[in-house]
Amino acid sequence: MAAGVAAWLPFARAAAIGWMPVANCPMPLAPADKSKRQDELIVLNVSGRRFQTWRTTLERYPDTLLGSTEKEFFFNEDTKEYFFDRDPEVFRCVLNFYRTGKLHYPRYECISAYDDELAFYGILPEIIGDCCYEEYKDRKRENAERLMDDNDSENNQESMPSLSFRQTMWRAFENPHTSTLALVFYYVTGFFIAVSVITNVVETVPCGTVPGSKELPCGERYSVAFFCLDTACVMIFTVEYLLRLFAAPSRYRFIRSVMSIIDVVAIMPYYIGLVMTNNEDVSGAFVTLRVFRVFRIFKFSRHSQGLRILGYTLKSCASELGFLLFSLTMAIIIFATVMFYAEKGSSASKFTSIPASFWYTIVTMTTLGYGDMVPKTIAGKIFGSICSLSGVLVIALPVPVIVSNFSRIYHQNQRADKRRAQKKARLARIRVAKTGSSNAYLHSKRNGLLTEALELMGTPEEEHMGKTTSLIESQHHHLLHCLEKTTNHEFIDEQMFEQNCMESSMQNYPSTRSPSLSSHPGLTTTCCSRRSKKTTHLPNSNLPATRLRSMQELSTIHIQGSEQPSLTTSRSSLNLKADDGLRPNCKTSQITTAIISIPTPPALTPEGESRPAPASPGPNTNIPSIASNVVKVSAL
Amino acid sequence: MSGCSKRCKLGFVKFAQTIFKLITGTLSKDKIEDELEMTMVCHRPEGLEQLEAQTNFTKRELQVLYRGFKNECPSGVVNEETFKQIYAQFFPHGDASMYAHYLFHAFDTTQTGSVKFEDFVTALSILLRGTVHEKLRWTFNLYDINKDGYINKEEMMDIVKAIYDMMGKYTYPVLKEDTPRQHVDVFFQKMDKNKDGIVTLDEFLESCQEDDNIMRSLQLFQNVM
Repeated sequence: MAAGVAAWLPFARAAAIGWMPVANCPMPLAPADKSKRQDELIVLNVSGRRFQTWRTTLERYPDTLLGSTEKEFFFNEDTKEYFFDRDPEVFRCVLNFYRTGKLHYPRYECISAYDDELAFYGILPEIIGDCCYEEYKDRKRENAERLMDDNDSENNQESMPSLSFRQTMWRAFENPHTSTLALVFYYVTGFFIAVSVITNVVETVPCGTVPGSKELPCGERYSVAFFCLDTACVMIFTVEYLLRLFAAPSRYRFIRSVMSIIDVVAIMPYYIGLVMTNNEDVSGAFVTLRVFRVFRIFKFSRHSQGLRILGYTLKSCASELGFLLFSLTMAIIIFATVMFYAEKGSSASKFTSIPASFWYTIVTMTTLGYGDMVPKTIAGKIFGSICSLSGVLVIALPVPVIVSNFSRIYHQNQRADKRRAQKKARLARIRVAKTGSSNAYLHSKRNGLLTEALELMGTPEEEHMGKTTSLIESQHHHLLHCLEKTTNHEFIDEQMFEQNCMESSMQNYPSTRSPSLSSHPGLTTTCCSRRSKKTTHLPNSNLPATRLRSMQELSTIHIQGSEQPSLTTSRSSLNLKADDGLRPNCKTSQITTAIISIPTPPALTPEGESRPAPASPGPNTNIPSIASNVVKVSAL
Repeated sequence: MSGCSKRCKLGFVKFAQTIFKLITGTLSKDKIEDELEMTMVCHRPEGLEQLEAQTNFTKRELQVLYRGFKNECPSGVVNEETFKQIYAQFFPHGDASMYAHYLFHAFDTTQTGSVKFEDFVTALSILLRGTVHEKLRWTFNLYDINKDGYINKEEMMDIVKAIYDMMGKYTYPVLKEDTPRQHVDVFFQKMDKNKDGIVTLDEFLESCQEDDNIMRSLQLFQNVM
């Protein structure tokens, strides 16, 4: 029962009084109205615009968001209204659906935004009313086409990893811009197609007279040269065809494709000619076969997108064209018959039979008017003029169809190219955002540790260096920090990573143990001496300290451990809780200047990791990790 | 042979149909199939009061959670793909898909392939507001990939490898091939009391409760919401 009709139910029930006198049996009991609830007004606040409606209106459709208890999730206790942070314009349509039972689709609305809103409110789009359904479907289909295009091009761009030789070759053939070799091949074949076509044309041009005989076409005069050219072109085409055949992922499908048929037709006449030069009878047929050489020009369609679009257009309006062809044939037959019988009377008429009149009809309908056949009788002239007038109309009909199809497909193609460019830009943006966020983490790590170090040392100043991260960001950074702790590795950026790799490959000798940390120059170390060959030996680790030094450039916390002579690099100190180690007697000023590059001593500060499982003496725990109590500060 | 003749017949029929269409001029239908008939899987959660009773969240917190949930998944259920995408956004450095996979299967208690809001909120309630025991039990369930009640070394390897995958490539020090393996060895050394190669729930609970760091870190995310 339609929702709005429910309001008329009391009337229908009251009208049942008309049955009472007629009824034989007693009536069943009426259902009790358990909840004598007054219908209440509900306020729906959608992004600030308030809509009001009765509760029963919304409850007409109980399997949508507004009609079920799901809307309680959006109830605001303070203002006693339901707040939705969505688009108020589309909400208008949604609410009208509850009121009238018909869902309309506003034309100015974007189709995917509309779909999103419908999905949010739990309304299926199929119930859009008839008045707007066409439009909705059209727009949705356009959108789907566009998405399909995107997916197709995506699939073409994929399959980067590890292609076999055959697949690379196929890709090179299909898309010449993938590699220089493919491009070269593309242009070479294009050149040879052009050469072949021009040769075919020039062959037949009369080339000047050999004294004593009539004018010869060039083909016969320089037959050897033309034969060589033809051979060369056919060689190239054969090689290309065989390579394509080899590289095709599905050879059977490739053989059936149009382009391959064109290729075969282009090179076949040559081979047939080679085989059959001797036989006199067939040489006539052989000459005809040479006509097929002109099909080589269709090989250009691989090279020209416009040709492909044209071919695709014709294919797509094949049915319209076929219909028009059929009606044209009908008209030709009608007019030819009429002209034949009209001209039958006149003597020496050229209209000898109906098929002979076909020629006149076609020439007249297409407004060519060669004049080789003209009607002489009056009736013939009348019908002839009717024929030419109707011809104009009939011929003009297919043109807009083809043009509109062509323009649609052409624009689609252009749109696809534009979209591909947009997509590349979008992916680049996403990549930048990704690296941006990871860099943001590294940045904040540095700044955050610095601030914590300062807080630890009880220095009140310079507390808020870069403390402008939002709560969400700091929570996200804390999450990443926890991950670092879990795996006992740190995030660094690409350049540092590459530097480390280079250094590790350069210095692969076991480092010697440095007896005491006090031997290092302390905070006044310059960069050069930091890069000195003095390395400290870390148990079970091959980390040369220069790498650590470079890491220390980044990680500010290491300055804290710098003044700890007690923090030796012995294994026993690994589990040392760094509580006692974090009151360095370095001045504040030195720390503040050293955000980017800290003159740290070349010592490793393996603050003990007071952590569960991976903390025990595994070989890769000698990492200059952050002091545990600093972790405590940030974690709790 | 019969297949061939059938194909020929089909081809002939199609050819005849094309000719007929050409002659009579029936225009072709749209190529794109009408896929609009697919039904939307829509799920509505239970009432707010019910959820409030079942979990340790207040009404307001449930409302906030639901709004965020519905924003990403208007249909009311999360499937694994969406879950992985959402989770991957928090870890731009590495590949979070494997860990998200294990997480998803820990959330999806009924193994239906989709997580409804109730499942989501129940699990969150345990993780954020549950007792230590409940949290540890949930974590055990996460590690136990095949849900047989025991954690063996392969399962732990998978989990630890997934965690290491999230770090990405640019780490310091450079991630070596056997780092996860060593990590797992250490873990098993600690957890597996009777050295039988598998960790049961009791062993897990016991070992975790012995370790102060684990206990402390479990309290870490108390006030996430």
